[in-house]
Amino acid sequence: MLSKKQLFIKGMIDISPHMLSVIPFGIICGAIGVELGFNPYLVYAMSFIIFGGASQIVFLQLLSGGASSLVAVTSVGIINSRHLLYGAVLSEYLEKLSFIKKLLISYFVVDQGFAESNKFFKKNKNEQNLHYHLIGTGCTMWVFWQISTLSGIILGSFVPEELGLKFAIPLTFIAIVVQDLKKMDHVIIMITCGLSSLLFFDAPFKSYIIISPVIALFVASLILRLKK
Amino acid sequence: MTWLSIIVAGILTYFTRMTMIALIDREMLGDKIKSVLEYVPSAVFPAIIFPAIFINDYGSFVEINDPKIFGAIVAVFVGYFSKNIIATILSGLISYWFLIFVITN
Repeated sequence: MLSKKQLFIKGMIDISPHMLSVIPFGIICGAIGVELGFNPYLVYAMSFIIFGGASQIVFLQLLSGGASSLVAVTSVGIINSRHLLYGAVLSEYLEKLSFIKKLLISYFVVDQGFAESNKFFKKNKNEQNLHYHLIGTGCTMWVFWQISTLSGIILGSFVPEELGLKFAIPLTFIAIVVQDLKKMDHVIIMITCGLSSLLFFDAPFKSYIIISPVIALFVASLILRLKK
Repeated sequence: MTWLSIIVAGILTYFTRMTMIALIDREMLGDKIKSVLEYVPSAVFPAIIFPAIFINDYGSFVEINDPKIFGAIVAVFVGYFSKNIIATILSGLISYWFLIFVITN
């Protein structure tokens, strides 16, 4: 049985390799916001209020490109709607928490944190206080996201653009799903999602980011039916 | 106005995180849905991976010999066998840099 502190630290350790991509991406996000001509306080406030990587850039790019606030807000909502799926998965492990704790912990649900904590939860279903792992991954992401976007805002894009560090983002997610390539059903679902995202890339409000998972999960339900 | 939109976008984002955890009772989801949810990581993350590799900053498809495709293939192989996140990211980045800085220059 691991203590709360041990679970929290395990969460921090499990997410830390992803900082390799989160830090440069945060710096880029902060720098882009200022380059687009937005008030630095406003750019930073997004990291605190929205706390959602790519959606923050999209929001500012849309506004600076002349889109209405309604379009920008809708896009953020749609891009971040994938959290509904993470929440549905995580709810299995957070069921017993009080309502207030559920409300607080929700703020820290992010892509990489969900991915790493979910992996840990599946292997350690019998542990008590599993949510401390999720707090560990979430808080680590939060701290590094605040620091890196803030440095981008203050120092500008001191990471040379030629390095193409945005490429670290798909790599971080490859690292998350790569072990599931061992299973044929997962391979089919990943390819379905990936191809759908390319096919629907031009759909309005960046909705490819939720359309393709829905298609992929539909295929998953068909696969489950065939398996029986 | 921009401040207000950020706050609304923030509330909206928070609701996407909180709804399924705090508002929806798990019993409301059927067994079928619960078993499909097992596939969520595999069904969501490729939608982040594929466009970031195959579509450029201007929204069009990259060439088949794009360094990002090569970097991603290397990362998949290294990640599969090493089971190491840092090795996966670095191998992808280094092979990508090797192509853009050493080969094409």
